[in-house]
Amino acid sequence: MSAIPLHPLTPNSNLARLPRRTGGVQSFPNAEPAWIRWSLIAVSLAFLASFLFVPLTAVFWEAFRKGAAVYWASFQDPDARSAIRLTLLTAMIAVPLNLVFGVAAAWAIAKFDFPGKSVLITLIDLPFAVSPVVSGLIYVLLFGAQGWWGPWLAAHNIRIIFATPGIVLATIFVTFPFVARELIPLMQSQGTEEEQAAIVLGANGWQTFFRVTLPNIRWGLLYGVILCNARAMGEFGAVSVVSGHVRGLTNTMPLHIEILYNEYQFAAAFAVASLLAMLALITLAAKTAVTWKSRGPLEDHANHNSTGDAHEH
Amino acid sequence: MSIEVRDVHKTFGTFAALKGVSLKIQSGELMALLGPSGSGKTTLLRIIAGLETPDDGSGDILFHGENVAALRAAARHVGFVFQHYALFRHMTVFENIAFGLRVRPRRNRPSNDAIRGKVASLLKLVQLENFAGRYPSQLSGGQRQRVALARALAVEPRVLLLDEPFGSLDAKVRKELRAWIRRLHDEIHITSVFVTHDQDEALEVADRVAVMNEGAIEQIGTPEEVYDQPASAFVYQFLGNVNIFEGRIRNGRLRIGCLELPVSSPESADNQPARAYVRPHDIELARIVAGEGVRRGTVQHIHTAGPIVRVGVRTFDGSQTIEVEIAREKHQELDLRVGNVVYYRMRHSQIFVEDYSI
Amino acid sequence: MRFFAPKNNVLPGFRLAMGFTLFYLSLIVLIPVAAIFIKTAAAGWSQFWQTATSPRVVASYRLSFGVSALAALANGVFGLLAAWVLVRYEFIGKRMVDALVDLPFALPTAVAGISLTTVYAETGWIGQWLKPLGVKVAFTPLGVLVALTFIGLPFVVRTVQPVLQDLDREVEDAAASLGANRWQTFYRVIFPALWPAALTGATLAFARAVGEYGSVIFISGNMPMRTEITPLLIVTKLEQYDYAGATAIAVVMLVASFSLLLLINLLQWWSAHRGT
Repeated sequence: MSAIPLHPLTPNSNLARLPRRTGGVQSFPNAEPAWIRWSLIAVSLAFLASFLFVPLTAVFWEAFRKGAAVYWASFQDPDARSAIRLTLLTAMIAVPLNLVFGVAAAWAIAKFDFPGKSVLITLIDLPFAVSPVVSGLIYVLLFGAQGWWGPWLAAHNIRIIFATPGIVLATIFVTFPFVARELIPLMQSQGTEEEQAAIVLGANGWQTFFRVTLPNIRWGLLYGVILCNARAMGEFGAVSVVSGHVRGLTNTMPLHIEILYNEYQFAAAFAVASLLAMLALITLAAKTAVTWKSRGPLEDHANHNSTGDAHEH
Repeated sequence: MSIEVRDVHKTFGTFAALKGVSLKIQSGELMALLGPSGSGKTTLLRIIAGLETPDDGSGDILFHGENVAALRAAARHVGFVFQHYALFRHMTVFENIAFGLRVRPRRNRPSNDAIRGKVASLLKLVQLENFAGRYPSQLSGGQRQRVALARALAVEPRVLLLDEPFGSLDAKVRKELRAWIRRLHDEIHITSVFVTHDQDEALEVADRVAVMNEGAIEQIGTPEEVYDQPASAFVYQFLGNVNIFEGRIRNGRLRIGCLELPVSSPESADNQPARAYVRPHDIELARIVAGEGVRRGTVQHIHTAGPIVRVGVRTFDGSQTIEVEIAREKHQELDLRVGNVVYYRMRHSQIFVEDYSI
Repeated sequence: MRFFAPKNNVLPGFRLAMGFTLFYLSLIVLIPVAAIFIKTAAAGWSQFWQTATSPRVVASYRLSFGVSALAALANGVFGLLAAWVLVRYEFIGKRMVDALVDLPFALPTAVAGISLTTVYAETGWIGQWLKPLGVKVAFTPLGVLVALTFIGLPFVVRTVQPVLQDLDREVEDAAASLGANRWQTFYRVIFPALWPAALTGATLAFARAVGEYGSVIFISGNMPMRTEITPLLIVTKLEQYDYAGATAIAVVMLVASFSLLLLINLLQWWSAHRGT
């Protein structure tokens, strides 16, 4: 029974964590003089360039320095191919599992009230705070030869550490919060009125989820999956601890890069690195597109507010 | 389809939102639940819809004599219009209205042609024939409201419940939509309940009004009844502007300074503090003394607001300023200026003995 | 009124969603993390203390935490500046720069590591200009700082940006109309609104930097006592099959992570409730 909100038609802040596009002319009479403005722009661009732009460019430069032939040859190497295959396989297992988890956790947290909610959110965040190396180590302690279940696993001839299952587990751990963290604020900001409307209109739980909730969160979900995937394919520290670095068997792309680099095969190392850098660029582009997508209709929305009731009765 | 609510309690944590509310709504009636924020009106509406459950073991909700308290929201077949409409933002107007039909189990689901026909007739009803392909974000507030209404009506609900249906609209659209909803109700005659905090809205649109305060119903009656014979001081104050005179009851009359007003309510005991409530338009002004019960005062301010003029009159003893509303013609006739001496007389007043429970 | 209302009790699926959430959380996170503490407790306090405070380990803490704090500070200053420029000014390529800020989130750490090493080496694109100035970056603690600044870069920008966008321009106009000059307006009106977000962002960057591994090990040179970070020491112990030693250091890191997580939650709670 709230009072009339001041801006009743203002849409929910979609993708609350994504930065908003700034629009409009920024000419305020009460602003800094031009020379300060340009100095600030110059300093921050110099900072961003030396930390972001230059290293990113260097990846592709080094990859192609010895020519396209050497670049392509890097991928003919069976070890490189097997690393790519293992990376893809790992992501294909880890991402869907964390996707299902993220949706379930966001549904429970965003749509219901229960005691201990903030503790649960903190626990979901935990893998973000843990060092990747420690993330790998905890699985070694559980499943490694010296670990809790090591002897039992060895007796039954099951290998987890220094094998694919360990790599997948460590990857799931480090990418655990991505989808949930993307969805929780988004679903909280959307509230539950649309779902309630669907229920009153006779929809059952799954119909409500698939026809009402899912379409509303699809862009945030997509972004969460893209981020989760980027991290799953690029994880280095955690995977390094559990992999055992067996060439052609338990090397993922980042581990393969390390080996090539340490063997001074720089061109090959940067060639594989360029693939992951491409993935990073696609991730950034997707993020920008998703931000644009989810903002687009809302700006439209805002425009129509001001036009008032076009249709007279 | 009549609705009956019997002794419903609802507590949120330590806050008692509803304290034993009972209410009967006749079939085909348009009932307003009127009250300030926190009075429990939305909670009551949501309990009728099944979106909220009453406290354990309390209360019954009957639709046409059948107890629906144990039924889930979906099984109650109510139409609910949410305050902010809750339109599905990713669906067109057409798909929004068709939703309730499309999610029916296959055996009860109308054919696509039937759905199209039904949606088309509803779009006609809410005068949005040309908007079927639009998305909610491309509609004005008033149009969204009507889509929400059409969507609720599409499932042929037994009752229609509206939560602050005009709350999110600007003043002009609000007025238009009010009149339109009244006409629509006269046309389709579905038992309807709407929640509002705006007394004009409730008095203008509803057949009957239930005035709520602090989780209880203060009065139920037709708009005329609640306005002309308020059952409590709260109702009197909530339904419009009011001048309050404090006094004491002596020999069956309320004495306010040297003014005396007759007390009608029999329960009022002698020598008790009491208040007289007088609406600004129930006070007459004159430049000369004429008749009984006339008091003297000075004009303190004059505000012209459209057809009526609000005059502030300082009482002779200077203890308070009373607000008087007179017609513009009357004002011209009196030719009042600030500082003039005027004589005022209460045409109509109501006296409430002070409530010691506060 | 709505405040008192539970969000609803009509939506289905709470038990299913909550049940799966708790099951998966326990399986992947809670049980494995609990295991490391139990393992340490079983090994005994004295052995833990001996490992966790040996000189080489303490030197690594000093490097990891010290340089992480410097990196967080650098990101606090430059992140605030970058957020300001991205929100308040218009320039060509702004949207591309804005998108690129998230690169450290998206770029695998190993790629960042080899690339930063190449760029900041004595012959690299940036290193060659620093060499005449007597500044050596790669294979020194300064290299660690560069890597940790890189991976923490987005945090401050992304926490400050939304706050800056929501900042009411009218407040600044009000300050100006009351006679404040631009600098006074900034440090009396704008900065007090921004710094809780900047502090939260810097703490996030610090937490991330302390545990970072991939981007650092290439550029640091990994010299014991000098440029060896704590996570690397864990890996070294593991490679020597010193599980107890690795676990002891890992427990120290985990406790640090938990404390930082708690601090970040407190900071966020505090900046959300401040002044309301």
